[in-house]
Amino acid sequence: MQILAWITASAIIGFSRFITAVKGFWPGGVPHRGQAIYFANHTSNGDFILLWTVLGALRRKTRPVAAADYWLSTPLKRFIGQNVFNAVLIDRDPETRTHDPIEQMLEALDEGSSLIIFPEGTRNASDEVLLPFKAGLFHLSEKRPDVPLIPAWIENLNRVLPKGEVIPVPFICTVKFGASTQLEKGEEKPGFLTRAEKMVLALRPEGAST
Amino acid sequence: MNGYHTSLMSLLFGVLAVLITASIVAFLLAQKKGHDDPLVENLTARINAWWVMAGVLGLAFWVGRSGVVILFAACSFAALREFVTLTNVRRADTWMLAALFYVALPLQYWAVWTDWYGFVSIFIPVYVFLGMPILSAIRGETDNFLIRVAEVQWPR
Repeated sequence: MQILAWITASAIIGFSRFITAVKGFWPGGVPHRGQAIYFANHTSNGDFILLWTVLGALRRKTRPVAAADYWLSTPLKRFIGQNVFNAVLIDRDPETRTHDPIEQMLEALDEGSSLIIFPEGTRNASDEVLLPFKAGLFHLSEKRPDVPLIPAWIENLNRVLPKGEVIPVPFICTVKFGASTQLEKGEEKPGFLTRAEKMVLALRPEGAST
Repeated sequence: MNGYHTSLMSLLFGVLAVLITASIVAFLLAQKKGHDDPLVENLTARINAWWVMAGVLGLAFWVGRSGVVILFAACSFAALREFVTLTNVRRADTWMLAALFYVALPLQYWAVWTDWYGFVSIFIPVYVFLGMPILSAIRGETDNFLIRVAEVQWPR
C-alpha cells in the first residue's frame, strides 16, 4: 500500500510538472523550513497538488485540509485523499459531523505536521479575485500562536482546468509564497482575516488576467 | 564508419572537450574566489545546464531518428506552453488549446517522423489555422474573438 501510494504521488507530481511546469517563489529565494500553516487562494481542485509539488522535501510533513464529502465519495478518491495526500479530512456540514474540524487540524499540528488550508472554504468560481476568508485560520492561530502562517498565491491554475472542464490544458503556473506572519496580541477576528486576505492578494502578479 | 558517423563523432568529442575545459575553469575559479561567489555560482549553474543540454541532445542522436523527433516534439510542447501562457486565451478556447497540444502537435511530429513532407508543410498553416478559430467560435464567446485568434495564430 505504501509503495502504491508513493508511485501514485510521483505520478501525480510528474503529471503536474508536465502540464504546468510549476515553480515556487519564496521571499529571498529561500524556502521556509519547519512547521507552518500555508494558506492560499483556491480556484481549482489541483491547487493543493501544485503547492505540494513546489514544497519538495517538505511535502512529507505537510497535510492538506480537505472536504471529507468529496474525498471519501469513491474508493479511488479515498485512496488518494487518505493514503497519498494524507489529508486532514473535515466534514463541512455542521449538522452531521462528529468531529470538530478545528480539533482535527490542531491534532495534526500537534503531531508536527504542517497544514495547507484554503480559507475561502470552497473553490472560487466567481469573478471576484478572492472570496472572504472563513474564520478557521483565526481559530487555529489563536490556539497555536507559535506556528508561523505563510500566505501563498497560486497563479494560472484556473486557466489549466476551469471549473466544469475535463481536459487540462498546459499553462505555466507559479506558486508565490509571502513572508510568514502570526496572530498579533489582541488582534480581533475581522481585522486578522482582512489582513490575511490582503497578504494573499499582495502576492498576485501585476496585470494578472483573473 | 561512414562519413556521417565520423563527423558526428568529432562533433560530440569536440563538445565534450569544450565542456570539460569549461568545468575545469569553473572549478579553478571556485577554488580561487570561493564557492559562494555569485559570479562563480552563476557560471557553474550555466555550465551544468550546458552539460544537460549536450547530454540530452547526444542521447537523442544516439537513439536516432525517433530520439531527435521526440526531443524536438518535447521542445515544441514546452515552447507552446510558455507562449500560450502569455496570451489572452480564455475558458472558451479550452477545446482549441487542447486540440493544439494533444492532437495537432503529435500529428505534426508523427508526419515528420514518417517523412511525409507534403503533410508537414501544409498541416499547420492551412488546416490547423482553419480549425482553431472554428473550435474557439463553437463555444460562443465573442469577446475579443479576433484578438484571441490572432494572438495564437500570428507568431509562426
